Amino acid sequence: MRARSIRGTGGLAAAVSIAVAASACSSPGDGAGGNGAKDSAVVGIAYEPETLSPLLGYGKDGNSKIFDGLLTHDADMKLKPALAAELPKVTDDGKTYTYKLRKGVTFSDGKPFSAKDVVFTYETILDKKTNNASKTELDAVKSVEAKGDDGVVFHLKYPYAPFAERTVLPIAPEHIAGKQDVNTGDFTTKPIGTGPYELVKWTKNDKLTFKANPDYWGGAPKIKNFTMAIIKDDDVRATRLDAGELDGAILPPNLAKKYAGNDSKKTYAAKTFDYRVVTLPTGNKITGDTDIRRALDIGVNRKAMVDSILDGAGKEAYGPVPTDSPWFTKGTERKFDAAKAKKLLDDAGWKPGKDGIREKDGARAKFNLWYLAGDKLRQDHALAYASDAKKLGIKVQVQSGTWEVIEPLMPEDAVLGGGGSPADPDFDQYTLLKSSLAGDGFNNMAHYDNAKVDKALEDARKSGDRDKRQAAYDTIQRELVKNPGYTFLTHIDHLYVVDKRFGDLSTQVEPHDHGLASGPWWNVEDWQPEK
Amino acid sequence: MARLTARRALFAVPVLLIVTFGVFAIAAASPFDPVKAYAGTAGLTASQENLDQLRANLGVDKPLAAQWWDWLTAALTGDFGDSSTLRQPVADVIGERVGWSVLLAATAFLVAILVGTALGVLAARRPGGWLDRLVTSLAYTLEAAPPFWLGLLAVWLFSLKLGVLPSGGLTDTASSTVTAGQVASHLVLPAGVLAVSQLPWFVLYVRQGVGDALGDDPVRGARARGLAERTVLLGHALRSGMLPVLTLIGSRVPELITGALLVETVFSWPGIAAATVQAATAVDFPLLAALTALATAAVLLGNLVADLLYGLADPRVGFDG
Repeated sequence: MRARSIRGTGGLAAAVSIAVAASACSSPGDGAGGNGAKDSAVVGIAYEPETLSPLLGYGKDGNSKIFDGLLTHDADMKLKPALAAELPKVTDDGKTYTYKLRKGVTFSDGKPFSAKDVVFTYETILDKKTNNASKTELDAVKSVEAKGDDGVVFHLKYPYAPFAERTVLPIAPEHIAGKQDVNTGDFTTKPIGTGPYELVKWTKNDKLTFKANPDYWGGAPKIKNFTMAIIKDDDVRATRLDAGELDGAILPPNLAKKYAGNDSKKTYAAKTFDYRVVTLPTGNKITGDTDIRRALDIGVNRKAMVDSILDGAGKEAYGPVPTDSPWFTKGTERKFDAAKAKKLLDDAGWKPGKDGIREKDGARAKFNLWYLAGDKLRQDHALAYASDAKKLGIKVQVQSGTWEVIEPLMPEDAVLGGGGSPADPDFDQYTLLKSSLAGDGFNNMAHYDNAKVDKALEDARKSGDRDKRQAAYDTIQRELVKNPGYTFLTHIDHLYVVDKRFGDLSTQVEPHDHGLASGPWWNVEDWQPEK
Repeated sequence: MARLTARRALFAVPVLLIVTFGVFAIAAASPFDPVKAYAGTAGLTASQENLDQLRANLGVDKPLAAQWWDWLTAALTGDFGDSSTLRQPVADVIGERVGWSVLLAATAFLVAILVGTALGVLAARRPGGWLDRLVTSLAYTLEAAPPFWLGLLAVWLFSLKLGVLPSGGLTDTASSTVTAGQVASHLVLPAGVLAVSQLPWFVLYVRQGVGDALGDDPVRGARARGLAERTVLLGHALRSGMLPVLTLIGSRVPELITGALLVETVFSWPGIAAATVQAATAVDFPLLAALTALATAAVLLGNLVADLLYGLADPRVGFDG
């Protein structure tokens, strides 16, 4: 009896395991796809989207592959029509934007695209019940209105010059997304759009696979199968690139270095608006002191940071606008001059104390600088900054923590922040510098307060005239020299390594966020693989 | 048997209540903010008004007890709520992933039991012999090695140095379909590592059990009757030596679950583990509570199965004991 029981149970356990194994395996496929196919590309990326629904924020900056916006960007980040037939007509002193829609466009399920999908998309995002964390970006919108099947009119609350840049956000199909819970429905993981690619499968934490949309209005892509493998660890991504599992990947400077001169792989350095900055809170007696701010501004060696921390892949930053952008104000570059910085402090009455730390009226030139724990790049920047400051007689205590720890301290303590949005100077600068937004979430972290800057920010966003806007942004950049509430350190290049068989590729100017479709695959639908 | 099962099921109710409430309490006390986690990078530019609206939409502005009660009453009707991090119903998240975790754990467990029994029997045959010393010391070494470390070692050896097995994922990177063959080759390393991490306990228990049984009267009697060594070892000694292993099977379940968490992370296995870690750091209450309840249930069930098996195998053990 005992023997049979044991044998029986053993057999049962085995049978159960095999049955479980078999059932878990029961998603058979044809085994298609594989490495090295001419019309396939596999790239390794570091971030995974939380959702693929544009209604929750996916693809809001354009370039989402599955979807199209009314407008899109070309290689130079200039706006061009996508689902709209032409660029919008702006009337009513910049408060009304009228779009004419492209005809004959269908979603990948075959249903036609029309103005009601546009209205649905914008109204859903603006709905209070929709959990879209970036809906602040559409604050200017008062209402959206369909004019027939192929016309859409946006009415704004106030004149907002950069509004057209916001209409790159992807359009969702009302006939699908409108029938489910917007926050958790199927559409968040199984999207249907009008874009050049269709989603085949999204295995979370693993990869996203796409196939070309044969009926794409812009022409069927030559790369038929496109895969984005989500590999969070930099070293693992490099390893799998070497092992031939990936055709391309984003890599940090130290790992990208070894591919220079590689026979089969090419390195691309995408220019960015991605800056690293030290906030100098107005509420702190030391960092709020204009002399201290100005001394730090000319007393930190930005060039050394670019060379040593970024391995040369980046450039010195003097404000949110990179030096090679048309919006940059020539002449606002600050030359590194530690002697001049020291003299400035001496003249202002900041005298070195016994331990070399400067003092004035009983206050010691000392403050805390926080960076996000685990972010090596920010840590390096923070330490370099502290070391440069120490030479001037300013003691910067570098500490790390999570945002939960850092956020309550932001009105008093300095933070090593990052940001950058290339589409329009307003997107960055308004939230970074506007005094009324001080301490509103992560907006204006330094509590910067400058009446001239406030006025220029308003002028710049209201005027539709390029020259007037330029003049306003010039004012802001000059004010930042006189009273720097932030020390801007670097703009960082994003590095990508891609197999040469895809030919010469291009990159766009990239924002702070690593979007899914950044990098040389921003226009994968236009790639012409070698025969 | 039925009474034991019923009693255990009754006992499970307060345990599950306490455990899920504990999850909500710990998560509420943690410094992580669920709204920040939900918003991600967009939260860094969102206005306070937008963040407050999100907080209300997600229902995380309510007191802890109310959140738990809402979750619990909905869960009893089969509605486990929506995961805030994965933007999906919790039932879908678990449904998509739990199969792969079960496949991984079941394969590893089976391998550990089979290999562990075989090695244990071999070691018990000649106590103190070279094979015994080798197997035992190996088992003690492995017992001390964390599965995470074993996983990294295996990736280094088999994927980087030898290049014979894939280093991670469920299928080949370029493949858009899930085939049994690909899953099998990708399963070898994670399941192997998990099995190896479970192996020592089985080896040591079987060795002890079989070794003791070899000294028992019935076995000595069988030997005296001139039965073949093979029959004595497998027919008599192994049978009674297996008893402690049955208990072990149940008690290894918690270890198997935590081991699987680490192994899945190392090998990018799309199981339930990554979701658990994500849920914990993002204070995703509904997902975290459901996963914890699931793990607790698995542990309780494991213990019950072990006791039932033991009772079946050894009639001297009553089910009421």
